[in-house]
Amino acid sequence: MAQRERDPVTGRLTTGHEWDGIKELATPIPGWWITVFLISIAVALLYLWLYPSFATTKSLEPGVLGWSSRQELRDEQAMAAAAQGPLRNRLVATPLEEAGADETLRRFAQAGGRALFNENCAACHGVGGGGQQGQFPALLDDDWLWGGKQADIIQTIRHGIRNEDADSRQSAMPAFADTLSKDQIAQVTDYVLTLSDASKADSRTSLPGAAIFKENCAACHGDAGEGGRDMGGPRLNDAIWLYGGSRDAIMRQINNPRMGVMPSFATRLDEASLRMLTLYVHGLGGGE
Amino acid sequence: MANQGTPNHGTPNHGTIERSLPLLSLLSLLVIAIGGLVEIVPLFRIESTVEKVAGIRPYSPLEQMGRNIYTREGCYTCHSQMIRPFRDEVDRYGHYSIAAESMYDHPFLWGSKRTGPDLARVGLKYSNAWHLAHMEDPRSVVPVSIMPAYRQLKDRDIDLDSLPAHLTALRKVGVPYTDTQIKQAIADAKAQASGVDTEGLLARYPKARLGDFDGQPDRVTEMDAIIAYLQVLGTLVDFRDARLEKGAAK
Amino acid sequence: MNNAHSPTFSPALAAGSIPGLNEAIVRRFTLATIIWALFGFAAGTWVALLLAFPQLNIGLEGTFGRLRPVHTTGVILGFAGNALIGTSLYVVQRTCMVGLWGGRRLADFLFWGYQAFLVIAITGYVLGITQSREYAEPEWYADLLLLVVWVTYAAIFAGTIARRREPHIYVANWFYLAFIITVAVLHIVNNLAMPVSFAGTKSYSAFSGVQDALIQWWYGHNMVGFFLTAGFIGIMYYFVPKQAERPIYSYRLSIVHFWALIFLYIWAGPHHLHFTALPDWTQTLGMAFSIMLWMPSWGGMINGIMTLSGAWGRLRTDPILRFLVVAVAFYGMATFEGPLMALKSVNALSHYTDWTVGHVHSGALGWVAFIAFGALYFMVPRLWRRPLWSVRLVEWHFWIASLAIVLYITAMWVSGITQGLMWRAYDALGFLQYSFADSVAMLHPYYVIRALGGVLYLTGGILMTVNIIMTIRQPAVRVPKVAAAPAVTA
Ligand code: HEC
Ligand code: HEC
Ligand code: HEC
Ligand code: HEM
Ligand code: HEM
Ligand SMILES: [Ca+2]
Ligand SMILES: [Ca+2]
Ligand SMILES: [Cu+2]
Repeated sequence: MAQRERDPVTGRLTTGHEWDGIKELATPIPGWWITVFLISIAVALLYLWLYPSFATTKSLEPGVLGWSSRQELRDEQAMAAAAQGPLRNRLVATPLEEAGADETLRRFAQAGGRALFNENCAACHGVGGGGQQGQFPALLDDDWLWGGKQADIIQTIRHGIRNEDADSRQSAMPAFADTLSKDQIAQVTDYVLTLSDASKADSRTSLPGAAIFKENCAACHGDAGEGGRDMGGPRLNDAIWLYGGSRDAIMRQINNPRMGVMPSFATRLDEASLRMLTLYVHGLGGGE
Repeated sequence: MANQGTPNHGTPNHGTIERSLPLLSLLSLLVIAIGGLVEIVPLFRIESTVEKVAGIRPYSPLEQMGRNIYTREGCYTCHSQMIRPFRDEVDRYGHYSIAAESMYDHPFLWGSKRTGPDLARVGLKYSNAWHLAHMEDPRSVVPVSIMPAYRQLKDRDIDLDSLPAHLTALRKVGVPYTDTQIKQAIADAKAQASGVDTEGLLARYPKARLGDFDGQPDRVTEMDAIIAYLQVLGTLVDFRDARLEKGAAK
Repeated sequence: MNNAHSPTFSPALAAGSIPGLNEAIVRRFTLATIIWALFGFAAGTWVALLLAFPQLNIGLEGTFGRLRPVHTTGVILGFAGNALIGTSLYVVQRTCMVGLWGGRRLADFLFWGYQAFLVIAITGYVLGITQSREYAEPEWYADLLLLVVWVTYAAIFAGTIARRREPHIYVANWFYLAFIITVAVLHIVNNLAMPVSFAGTKSYSAFSGVQDALIQWWYGHNMVGFFLTAGFIGIMYYFVPKQAERPIYSYRLSIVHFWALIFLYIWAGPHHLHFTALPDWTQTLGMAFSIMLWMPSWGGMINGIMTLSGAWGRLRTDPILRFLVVAVAFYGMATFEGPLMALKSVNALSHYTDWTVGHVHSGALGWVAFIAFGALYFMVPRLWRRPLWSVRLVEWHFWIASLAIVLYITAMWVSGITQGLMWRAYDALGFLQYSFADSVAMLHPYYVIRALGGVLYLTGGILMTVNIIMTIRQPAVRVPKVAAAPAVTA
């Protein structure tokens, strides 16, 4: 039944089958196709032989090269460590206050600090440390809650603030919504707003909020709102605000303080990285 | 090889196959079965596939609900949870992922696309408040972000009553939840989302992150759940443990 | 002679000679293919816009994460799936010279069952019902429905072959058959899950972690290999020789590349899991088999393109043939790029980036959709027995869609490779040069270009729809059997 005929265009024989008018030529498989296919099989088999492959239920054939992706990582990390190692070690060995004076070390730490900062800190403190108005503090001014010396900064970064790390910075401001009346909170807010205005230095003492402040707030924020680091109470007389300087923002803070949390980086980053970050943050402009 | 075709089209045996539907079907089935069997079956049998490490535990009820929201919202379409053993990934995200870390993940959520960063170790990288701000409006904290906002999660309560059924279903597919864990599921979720009465919860689920994640202490919302889940990711194994490094060296 | 070769007028085969021929069902699948194409392209364009302009995310239901599977399911299971079922039913009846097994009712059930599955699955994603398994997102109850529908499909298709009035089974049907069988196996295993309650939608996968990952990508890769490849090669093996009016280039190549392709494809799934927590040995297998897959894939391309020998000149005048042949060329490109990306050192760069998305769409837009367009333009005049309304419109469609592909793929190559390079870039002192956010900021212009590509591709789809609607609305042409003869001889 199969009638083999010759295709007039190519001169090849057909296979003699036909389906809905479609015929097939008996063209041999192109030689280059077979060759490349065989080569690719050979390459694949070679690869299977060199690298970990066929499995048994007990052990794995590691491949004659003994390669593993994790070993390759360790090698690469070792190379990177060898390249950076001397500077990293020097950074860890040098007291932080002196590290800034060593130009090579400073440049090294700046570069590393910037990279680490952008990946780990910028989500809260903004690229460049500008902070997020109303949510997270800026790090480039000289207004420090926890201290702007290198030792203070590294402590803050290492253990964070108000988190589960036993050594994290701790401070708390009571929620005055429970203890002060609405009027009183309004009054003390107005008083706080005058603290950073030197021209009101005399007039403000007569405000009704002055007494409320002295009684409830000065213990932490200082008599003149100069802040108290031992209690973690921020300065209130410098017109720099963690959570915004509007009347509403301040009132909200007094009613119900934010108690911002910063994670601990002690387990996430190594000592050299912590030091780089410290020098980077210290160098942002506000370092003490 | 003969050109122009040999009698019987050069491949005499194939005529038999292509004339028989059962033969063609059966051979196709056999041919496609081999590769799958050789690759998949050993994965269930070789012990070293999932190295044993300390610290891995099933998800707490609230975390598991968060995980369900993560799948429901398709977070995996943008985020991977699988850090590869490359220097840059380890520098950026932390220790490379190991199989044990997803042994209770039904389904796995490794992802295949990083439109957003890897989340395998995002736990404890940020504060709860940051996650809340970020989920409500990502661009308020990361100006260049292209992630959608999920503020509605704050308005939707978790169906607490269904929790035991979820844990029971998971137990059927192999997650070792105990009877107590199933019985206490609702109480555990409430404790985790409020930070109150957490002793039993922490005994059952060590390192569970506690807190009023969404700023609404009286409600257990989907926002509580998703943040509780994000905050536990990658925090269960302590990679400074030297034993693990040896075990994972394979 | 001129008339016979003109794509405007290719009268149907003398339908009377096939007993029980069911063309109504093919017409339905044809229309469904067009509707799902428009839906899927629109969804793709929309999710592309969401990445370029994230403010467009609205509510929970309208976010990128929920809509992305709407796009992938819309195009793969909706558009490509309807094209596969429709063409396979068209082809199997003609190459077996017999009508569909199971009768009209069963065929109708296949059609409505499949559309119901699609609607249930896709509305589910918008409501947040998903298994999160890529290309297998539907939950357990939709999976069960699809299983019933698929078994029906297999029965109709195989039943028809069993009753064939030709001694041999045509090569297109080998591929369709392998596709139907394999998809059934993949679907069943990858969807094994435990529902939380039989009254609810949520279920938990039967597997976890690393095993779950491998099973999912054994599935995912072979959905590409059998749904988007083997099935579509089936389409190629019928429509290219028909439209070119030339015999298939090499029967022996058909045999060798068929068996090699289906055997090797299955193994390559682990190339989606390179450098993950999947054991190294499995990854090695995935890469090795991807290398071996290159030539069997190109075997299909050779057989498709070389079938034109003697008819090359027709490419200039026949945009339908051009769709079909350019599709095969894109198939060759995607299956060259695929093994390349499966090399571990290349995958280290490409994985997780837009490069993958570019690769996907060179296969999807260039191969899958183009060959489907060609088949649709071929079938419609024959199914409705009237000449195509406008060949010029087909020209427009071809060029607009080609431009769209160029925009889409080049944008994704550039953004993908840039992404990959930025992630691994170190500065001179050995520190990461860019933060992740830097790489996000870089993407914007490319995402805009890609979205523009989407708008163009969708525009092409609309032109096709207009053309086909106008074709159908013309009065039917009565073709005297004698006049039809020259057009069907090849
Ligand atoms: C999840 C958000 C978050 C992340 C991430 C974060 N911080 Fe903070 N950081 C805060 C908050 C909130 C405060 C203020 C806490 C308070 O009110 O005491 C703060 C305070 C600080 C302070 C103290 C400022 C002062 O005035 O004393 C320093 C220094 C600091 N952060 C540096 C860093 C560095 C460096 C990193 C990255 C390694 C980082 N932070 C990551 C939230 C964060
Ligand atoms: C027990 C210590 C304590 C007391 C008492 C206290 N504060 Fe505070 N205050 C803090 C701490 C700690 C912070 C930083 C808290 C935070 O990050 O939410 C703070 C922050 C603030 C801020 C925000 C500063 C900024 O930069 O945005 C204002 C305003 C403020 N306090 C006002 C007051 C007023 C007014 C009172 C009295 C009614 C008061 N505080 C009483 C500890 C205290
Ligand atoms: C359209 C893509 C997209 C979707 C969908 C998406 N994200 Fe994101 N995500 C991003 C991008 C881009 C970033 C990086 C910028 C940023 O931090 O916002 C990001 C960042 C994050 C981060 C911060 C990670 C880090 O280490 O800085 C978390 C946590 C996160 N996403 C969680 C989620 C969750 C949970 C969901 C789902 C409910 C989700 N994302 C859905 C794109 C997405
Ligand atoms: C020889 C043929 C092919 C090989 C070896 C191959 C290989 C690959 C590789 C290595 C990836 C990237 C995996 C990752 O890094 O995540 C990939 C992704 C993909 N390919 Fe191919 N490819 C081939 C042909 C095709 C074709 C023809 C299509 C067609 C339409 C296609 C569709 C896809 C899709 C959809 C993905 C994305 C999977 C995901 O969601 O991550 N591939 N392919
Ligand atoms: C109008 C044309 C199209 C546009 C604009 C478009 C756009 C998109 C976008 C934006 C994504 C998400 C990429 C990401 O997550 O970064 C995507 C994914 C995808 N699209 Fe399309 N698409 C189109 C057509 C198609 C067609 C015709 C197919 C298949 C036949 C297809 C198959 C896919 C697949 C498989 C994915 C998932 C890729 C992966 O996971 O890696 N698309 N598409
Ligand atoms: Ca994907
Ligand atoms: Ca709550
Ligand atoms: Cu693949």
